[in-house]
Amino acid sequence: MSSPIYLDYSATTPVDKRVAEKMCHYLTMDGNFGNPASRSHKYGWDAETAVEQARADVAALINADAKEIVWTSGATEADNLAIKGAAHFYSKRGKHIITAKTEHKAVLDTCRQLEREGYEVTYLDPQEDGLIDISAIEAAMRDDTILVSIMHVNNEIGVIQDIEAIGELCRSRKIIFHVDAAQSAGKIEIDLKKLKVDLLSLSAHKVYGPKGIGVLYVRRKPRIRIEAQMHGGGHERGMRSGTLAPHQCVGMGEAFKIAKAEMAAENKRILALRDRLLKGFEGMEELYVNGNLEQRVPHNLNLSFNFVEGESLLMAIDSLAVSSGSACTSASLEPSYVLRAIGRNDELAHSSIRFSIGRFTTEEDVDYTIKLLKEKVDKLRQLSPLWDMYKDGIDISSIQWNAH
Amino acid sequence: MAYSDKVMDHYENPRNVGTMDKDESGVGTGMVGAPACGDVMRLQIKVDEQGIIEDAKFKTYGCGSAIASSSLVTEWVKGKTLEEAGQIKNTDIAEELALPPVKIHCSVLAEDAIKAAITDYKEKQS
Repeated sequence: MSSPIYLDYSATTPVDKRVAEKMCHYLTMDGNFGNPASRSHKYGWDAETAVEQARADVAALINADAKEIVWTSGATEADNLAIKGAAHFYSKRGKHIITAKTEHKAVLDTCRQLEREGYEVTYLDPQEDGLIDISAIEAAMRDDTILVSIMHVNNEIGVIQDIEAIGELCRSRKIIFHVDAAQSAGKIEIDLKKLKVDLLSLSAHKVYGPKGIGVLYVRRKPRIRIEAQMHGGGHERGMRSGTLAPHQCVGMGEAFKIAKAEMAAENKRILALRDRLLKGFEGMEELYVNGNLEQRVPHNLNLSFNFVEGESLLMAIDSLAVSSGSACTSASLEPSYVLRAIGRNDELAHSSIRFSIGRFTTEEDVDYTIKLLKEKVDKLRQLSPLWDMYKDGIDISSIQWNAH
Repeated sequence: MAYSDKVMDHYENPRNVGTMDKDESGVGTGMVGAPACGDVMRLQIKVDEQGIIEDAKFKTYGCGSAIASSSLVTEWVKGKTLEEAGQIKNTDIAEELALPPVKIHCSVLAEDAIKAAITDYKEKQS
């Protein structure tokens, strides 16, 4: 079997060859292998120059100052540092946090940990289209609310939250605003001179950079303080100790520099492919788009093929690399919590496939995907007792099932 | 997840897919599972006058292991008496298909489906 067609760019992206090539110069004896914290020789100085250039390149994509960028091991660590760091630092001001049920686990689990430490967290329900109603955030705000954490783009359904409006609201109430932007960097414009976002998490590997590196943006004006979660040599102005990995930093910097130069053209091409994919499925019965189609990043399409179970569908389309919201794949029987949170019923949540398109996706890939999906969904529906019942006009939700 | 060759074989070429008339007196229908759990199996048996299962059909909504488990039991029950069919254990199914621990519930469901079909048939006769 040849390699499956990769349509899972929201999970991770391949490192761009230009990025990989640059990274290789920061590892070996004949390259620049120094410790950027070494102050006493050229090896250290050169490594520092490279890391600072990369920091500037990352900052440039989000229109921030390089001094506002803190290197981390990835977006998960950045989320932890932002939420725990701000909650701990400002705990005297209050202990209430607001987030949403559709956030990434890196945010949700961090909030759970803070609850164990005595903080109170409000988990907002999204609307059916996946978007968070600004008035719901406002209604949840209290005098002791210190932090709001809302992601920019959802990893499963690709919907874009109105972080501009949420930022204005938070600033007017003097509440810190954290945004997980792992899925939006390089996909949509992020202008931190304009947006009133205080803390913002980014990852390199969603933007054709290497895994194992990300950053937390920490605003300087007005200055946001966070308590370090990793202690040691006082790197990153005391916010995150640990020797920097110059090859990783340079990789992220180069990836973000390429994204800044090419994202406008690239996203236009990707949107055309996404539209082609959706159009290809037109006319299929019982097909549902999960999440708002307008307020959405160009590369994501999350569809539910009703009455077909996600894992068996993945098996049938194993010449594609996609992901399913059916958590049977992850050994628990719970379907995607994101799809459940937007009110999808169990059948639809179990029947979902996330297609995410990227830099190396072609029209041929999309056309093949359409043909394969149509054929396999039809085959599995012929096997499905639920499809029979649907065709017989039986309302599946009216049946008493014996859940096991 | 890697599937065993036997699971793949049943999944690619499922045996005895189909529907019988559930109102026919010689037919027993078992429907088990729930959409919420991601699997629903419908197993039907046709029993002759000697109490032997002469035919079996299934349809399954679920993962590959669930489809394979139900396909396998339709093969196994054919030609068996109701009593013999009722003795099929989920462990036999799991072993035959080399199911990993997270998929054991698929074999449990298949065992439940046979038992439910037999019960339905017997209720119809009484």
